[in-house]
Amino acid sequence: MTDWPILSTITFLPLLGAFFILLIRGDEATVAGNAKAVALWTSVVTLFLTGFMVSQFDASSAAFQFVERIDWLGDGVDYAMGVDGISVLFVLLTAALMPICILASWQSITHRVREYMLAFLVLETLMIGVFCAMDLILFYLFFEGGLIPMFLIIGIWGGGRRVYASFKFFLYTLLGSVLMLLAVLVMYWQTGTTFIPDLMETAFAPEWQTWLWLAFFASFAVKMPMWPVHTWLPDAHVEAPTAGSVILAGVLLKMGGYGFLRFSLPMFPIASDLFAPMVFALSAIAIVYTSLVAFAQEDMKKLIAYSSVAHMGFVTMGLFSATVQGVQGAIFQMLSHGWISSALFLCVGVIYDRMHTREIAAYGGLANRMPVYAAIFMLFTMANVGLPGTSGFVGEFLTIIGTFQVSTWTAMFAASGVIFSACYALTLYRRVSFGRIEHEGLQQIADADRRETFLFVPLVIATLIFGVWPMPVLDITAVSVDQLVLNYQEALSTHAANAVSLGGAESLR
Amino acid sequence: MLANVTLLLPELVLFIGAMGLLMVGAFATTDATRVIEYGAISLLLIAAIASWLQGDTVAQLAFGGSFIVDAFSAFMKTLTYLTTAVVIIMARGFMQNENLARFEVPVLMLLAAVGMGMMISANDLIALYMGIELQSLALYVLAAIKRDSLRATEAGLKYFVLGALSSGMLLYGASLIYGFSGTTNFAGIAQAFTVENGILPLAQVVGMVFLLAGLAFKISAVPFHMWTPDVYEGAPTPMTAFFAAAPKLAGMAVFLRVVISAFPDALAAWQQIIIFISIASMVLGAFAAIGQTNIKRLMAYSSIGHMGFALVGFAAGTEDGVAAVILYMTLYGVMTLGTFACILSMRRDSGMVEQVKSLSGLSQVRPFMALCLAILMFSLAGIPPLAGFFGKLFVFHAAIDAGLYGLCILGVLSSVVGAYYYLRIVKIMYLDPPADEANDPMPRELSIVAGALAGVCLLFFVYPSPLIDLAASAGQALIDMPAPDALLTGLFEATDAR
Repeated sequence: MTDWPILSTITFLPLLGAFFILLIRGDEATVAGNAKAVALWTSVVTLFLTGFMVSQFDASSAAFQFVERIDWLGDGVDYAMGVDGISVLFVLLTAALMPICILASWQSITHRVREYMLAFLVLETLMIGVFCAMDLILFYLFFEGGLIPMFLIIGIWGGGRRVYASFKFFLYTLLGSVLMLLAVLVMYWQTGTTFIPDLMETAFAPEWQTWLWLAFFASFAVKMPMWPVHTWLPDAHVEAPTAGSVILAGVLLKMGGYGFLRFSLPMFPIASDLFAPMVFALSAIAIVYTSLVAFAQEDMKKLIAYSSVAHMGFVTMGLFSATVQGVQGAIFQMLSHGWISSALFLCVGVIYDRMHTREIAAYGGLANRMPVYAAIFMLFTMANVGLPGTSGFVGEFLTIIGTFQVSTWTAMFAASGVIFSACYALTLYRRVSFGRIEHEGLQQIADADRRETFLFVPLVIATLIFGVWPMPVLDITAVSVDQLVLNYQEALSTHAANAVSLGGAESLR
Repeated sequence: MLANVTLLLPELVLFIGAMGLLMVGAFATTDATRVIEYGAISLLLIAAIASWLQGDTVAQLAFGGSFIVDAFSAFMKTLTYLTTAVVIIMARGFMQNENLARFEVPVLMLLAAVGMGMMISANDLIALYMGIELQSLALYVLAAIKRDSLRATEAGLKYFVLGALSSGMLLYGASLIYGFSGTTNFAGIAQAFTVENGILPLAQVVGMVFLLAGLAFKISAVPFHMWTPDVYEGAPTPMTAFFAAAPKLAGMAVFLRVVISAFPDALAAWQQIIIFISIASMVLGAFAAIGQTNIKRLMAYSSIGHMGFALVGFAAGTEDGVAAVILYMTLYGVMTLGTFACILSMRRDSGMVEQVKSLSGLSQVRPFMALCLAILMFSLAGIPPLAGFFGKLFVFHAAIDAGLYGLCILGVLSSVVGAYYYLRIVKIMYLDPPADEANDPMPRELSIVAGALAGVCLLFFVYPSPLIDLAASAGQALIDMPAPDALLTGLFEATDAR
């Protein structure tokens, strides 16, 4: 390993690309063409660097790696970057989805292309920063900063109710996050540092843990999103442009789960244990209820959005089971949902670009005219259902196993959710792809072209390979997750021992 | 005696310069406005540098202990003078276009700046009152400088009547305090009052409350904010920019100085007052701005809200808290001036416009102006990584340290409400279709000012430590005031206070 600050390079390279886009001069077509090219190249180079970084990553250590730390705000608040087994794959996921997003927008975005590419590159910097930050304030900076470009992406390039959706997205998420900011300040006040590894080693007083946990929960539950604070997601997804939905589903939703993993579980184990039943209940409700809601949708994107909420229910359930399988499964589920739901939104985008509607009823019989597209769409529908052999299965299976050891009822409800997801996903697929072509406009619809097919290739490969052979992913996360679960259990047993000894002291008196 | 003069140098330069420029203006045969503007700007820059250089010295007293120069006063004065200079630069084009280009304007602004400098350095109730009145009288005239306009004269009159009321309250409080303590010197007051468990005797509390009410009026904190929207709306826009920035900086500085150095032990007594006006300002600022259609009125409520946020740090009453307020006010000044540079550019062929909706689609017509204003709006809303976020971060941090959890929760919640109306402006510029009549190009000096200040907001996070350190040392200078004894022995001669 060299001393080169590779994480900062990966994080801020997109910003450099954005700067170059700002400098482009010329007529509108030139600007658009060059902006697209710069954005694509920047994101591809970032992806390569990230790939290199992951190849250098030592999976046998639970420690943070590639650590950079310099003085920033003073008094214990530093600019600190680093990745461990939990975060490294999220960085890769973000970097990998970005070129796909930019390619997906190649033709569908026709106005204000320069600003569009600018917003996406800035967003990439902020998203990668979230997963690399090793300092709480820095994390918050990236976490909240992402709202600005996403607000503009939904608001400027979105659909009919884009203004409503963008405001709802922004204010909902902000409301959750400001409470987390106060919790961050309390932690800073109590420990004098915001360096994440130091905070992980701090044992916060149990009564404080409860409040801190709740404040973090307010932020991450909204971001996740968990039932009942999920209502911003369907709106945001429906109105966002295709690439915006991909980023939203692929990366932004993962920040909530990542936050639970990075902060709630290791820093507030006692509170996490205390609130786990509540999280289980909310997750079970999310899985069953949103699956049923998805079943009733007439809008394709809305359906997939609700299915995302259901899938995130598996994640929260697995995380708070605090078992190795549960947590591993949750991470795997987040990653796999990252490419499966992205692919589904891209699938919707392909036909939306042709027909300019997302109504399920406006389609039918697409398999006749679009065989390649129908095959791809089927693969991802199956993956979304969690068919064994696709990566969707591994995550759901592991989280259910993990939860079963802790709460049988939750696991049971979750398993029933798998059946529901088959109902809505297969219905969607049947209505869109099978049958005869009945609508006039669909008679001449063209199959996915080379660019569109090319977009799906990496996603198909990931879905299939990791479906059969998930070990590459699980190996990287294993050591860090083991460590996390071990620390968690230790903290709980110490707390229990303290409680017992206190109780003993009481009875002696 | 010479020592007195050197300590007073920045104010002397400004004052004598202002008189000189007034003579030039009065006796010049041709229109000398341009020359006087340049003269005023250079005087302010000289005064700013002179104040800056005073920052390294230990606290020093002049004129029988009624005038103090320390790192805090040096920093706040530098800031105030620079702000005034920037406003003069920003005002030029507007005044020319509206036929308001009179040589009195820069001179009055200089006199107001002298008043602000006196306020910031005041260490005595008499000196404080003198500074406030010198500033206020100049400001009343500036508000009504467009004397043929009904709105402007109404604004000036309102400002004058309510300002006089607040001065009355301040004087009443000051006389009570003087009556009970027998001195007007801050350090003397601190020494004269016996404080038990942070509680003052009732009579002194009454005096302090009146004093604080008068000061709260100057920074337009709720419930003494009523004049703000009307005056902001009615006054010519460059004057509004001036009112929103410089007097707020000076007002907050004198607020801090009075409370910290005259009532250092009565924390429990003034803390609850500050907490109340802080919450009231934040909440009112957030909710009342939602319905505003005039951007100047909107900025008025926005500044009320921001005073509330700054007071959150003050309520903590700690060194960190004071440093946070200083940082917050600095960033507030930057954001406010930048925003007003954009508002001053809201001009069409038919003249100036002030409606929020006339910004519609600005991002497609004037992308640079829209970008600057959007950055400033996100920064005012306190969204990271922009500068406004760091201001809020530090004030809330100080308040959390002091255990004021309820205040913090209300504060962050009202910042979410406030985010709505800042976002609305961004929405109007970026999401709505362009208005039928295009905005004129930004004048050069305004685009430089707006661009530079928006750049500061955008890039503050890259290297924030110099400003944070400065604010910290200024805050330390204010909190670590030498013991009252040491200050009192130095009366009637300028001495090193330490």
